[in-house]
Amino acid sequence: MNEKEIREQIGKFISKTFLFDVEKKVDEKASLLNTGVIDSTGVLELISFIESNYNIKFADEDLVADNFDSIEKIASFIINRLNSKSI
Amino acid sequence: MCGIAGRVNLTDGKEPISRDLLAKMVSAVRHRGPDEFGYYRDTYAGLAHARLSIIDLTTGQQPLSNEDQTIWIVYNGEIFNYVEIKKILQNQGHQFRTQSDTEVIVHAYEEWGYNCFEKFNGQWAIAIWDSVRRKLILCRDRVGVRPLYIRENNNQVWFASEIKSIFADSSVSREINPEGLDQTFTYWATIAPTSIFTGIEEIRPGSYVIFEFNKNREEHIYWRPSFPASRLTPAHQVNKMTLPEASELLEEKLMNATKLRMVRSDVPVGSYLSGGIDSSLIAWLGRKWKEGEFRTFSIRFADAEFDETEFQKKMASTLDSKHEEIIVRREDIANVFPDVIYHTERPVLRTAPAPLFMLSKLVHDAGFKAVLTGEGADEMLAGYDIFREAKIRRFLANNPNSQVRARLFERLYPYLARSPQKAKGMAIEFWKKGLKNIDSPTFSHEPRWETTSNLKKFFSEDIHNKINSSSQPDFLKYLPEDYNYWDPLAQAQYLEIFSLFSSYIISSQGDRMLMAHSVEGRFPFLDADVMEFCNSLPAEYKLIGLNEKNILKRIARGKVPEEIILRKKQPYRAPDAISFVSGKIPDYVDELFSERMIKSSGLFNLKTTQGLFSKCREIVNKSSNDYNFSNNDNMGFIGILSTQLLYFKYIYERKEEDSSLIKFTTVIDKLI
Repeated sequence: MNEKEIREQIGKFISKTFLFDVEKKVDEKASLLNTGVIDSTGVLELISFIESNYNIKFADEDLVADNFDSIEKIASFIINRLNSKSI
Repeated sequence: MCGIAGRVNLTDGKEPISRDLLAKMVSAVRHRGPDEFGYYRDTYAGLAHARLSIIDLTTGQQPLSNEDQTIWIVYNGEIFNYVEIKKILQNQGHQFRTQSDTEVIVHAYEEWGYNCFEKFNGQWAIAIWDSVRRKLILCRDRVGVRPLYIRENNNQVWFASEIKSIFADSSVSREINPEGLDQTFTYWATIAPTSIFTGIEEIRPGSYVIFEFNKNREEHIYWRPSFPASRLTPAHQVNKMTLPEASELLEEKLMNATKLRMVRSDVPVGSYLSGGIDSSLIAWLGRKWKEGEFRTFSIRFADAEFDETEFQKKMASTLDSKHEEIIVRREDIANVFPDVIYHTERPVLRTAPAPLFMLSKLVHDAGFKAVLTGEGADEMLAGYDIFREAKIRRFLANNPNSQVRARLFERLYPYLARSPQKAKGMAIEFWKKGLKNIDSPTFSHEPRWETTSNLKKFFSEDIHNKINSSSQPDFLKYLPEDYNYWDPLAQAQYLEIFSLFSSYIISSQGDRMLMAHSVEGRFPFLDADVMEFCNSLPAEYKLIGLNEKNILKRIARGKVPEEIILRKKQPYRAPDAISFVSGKIPDYVDELFSERMIKSSGLFNLKTTQGLFSKCREIVNKSSNDYNFSNNDNMGFIGILSTQLLYFKYIYERKEEDSSLIKFTTVIDKLI
């Protein structure tokens, strides 16, 4: 799995789950909170999806905007976490 | 408590209203007043009344007039200080023939004109027809406890307690108002004067409107919540009382307010008990004025997340009241929801009104016509989390990167099982948004309104095209002149009173749910004297640090059990979307989300709406608790469902009112 694929998967999940339309694309660099795509309780759905889909676990300290607030950042975080697991 | 309706012609050359139409208009609101029906009719005006007899059972019929029968009134409400006002008027020479508060209003208008309304302490929707001057005067109480709607068209004005009365006239067109939808999916409700139907206006709380023959209408605001200009002069210098002094005085005022609401009645008054401090205190005060059996009523939830039974029972036992409960399960909410929306006449984003609909039925079946409730305390004394949230945000704005400051958010929202605190970092980011808007007059409410506005993605293209995105609701366009000098808490309270309290809490959740089963709510926290006093208090008497309703807790000590006083704030809520999608989905829900009905109303986008519906069904298939519905999922679902219900009941179906259900016993008809 490469980073581009992960970005696509995350993007599709977000479009389906929060915009209810898989065709609608979310800008990969856009802040998900600032653009109102996800509300503060919707974040939990996203976390659950990532944890189950990529088999990783988030600690509280991982849950900061730098890791989370855009598709690009999420994908980057996941790749780093997956790579560090395989070391 | 009652229902009123009527129509007035404001020029010559128009047909007088027919008796049959008056009967239909009253029939539409007979749930508000099932005891007696009356009407007045002359060449220009028709006034009709459905009575719920509470004060002066034998002679208080309406419509009612002054001595020479030139000024007529129909009204819905109670003027709790009517006894005192009557004495003053009698001293001025006015003659009374009944024991009612209604008659006091007519004579007060004769004596003081439009200035009479400021003297009333109570809750009301008043229609006065001055037949000599050919003027219709409509007035609503300070915070809009009692509803009043109008339609003005072609030199005629229709007025009624509920929109369904105006719709009883088949000549009135019916269409969903895009601006109303826009407001609902931003502010959680339509806000006066906007309603969910085009051409139907809601009279603003604290105002009166004059329709005079051959003249343009005049509107006047006689009262709005007003707070000290603390940013000029700290409130201490204005209101020099210490907290203990203020506490004692507020207790006196609350006691008096409760006394009036218990004793100014010719039928017994009971009390709601929610399990929270507000209703517990009111019930305690009310108990003092009831000899013999005191009745209390509560809602129990099958879902533990929402249930407050333990605290309700504790208070009922403290009061030694005869306590009754209704148990609300998810399927009950789904079953009553269409009736609930028929009564709210507004879309809602929460199912919270539904259990209250069931509770008022319990009260009615127990033979009661009036209850005390604790509504208003959270608004007047800063009980809600939105006030604490705004305070934390301001604090964070002083040092946005402070981790320590940000952790204060953890103290918010403990009651939500699906707390944002589980994703603390993201929650903090969420609240950091808009910190730069710290000087905005709507700072406190921006996160809520912005989040809710995301629901507009469900609107159809047609609705999007019709919405003027720059239009502001009335209450924001016309903020009081001294608003900028109020302290931030006062500003937040003002916004809350208009946007949520008048528009949803006291209406959709309050009056409409009570009156659906002919029960009158009485609200000591909305007493004119109590409200004025609360609004004069320094912020820290209301919210000290993050400790809400500071002064109320002082008053409650020694009266209300300590465990109730110490409870973390649990706002009243009910299971939302889950009520409709766990178990068998009701047929009406399937139908209203179907392609046929979505296209029929034309209000919502088919793809995203059905996408939401699918998502909700899927969530339930994975787990059977509420936990996985996000706030927006819940609000979107209920918002769409309730709007579709309104469309279906009022536009698609257009049921006709049955005038034969009404037998008028009070008739003043100049045309017979």
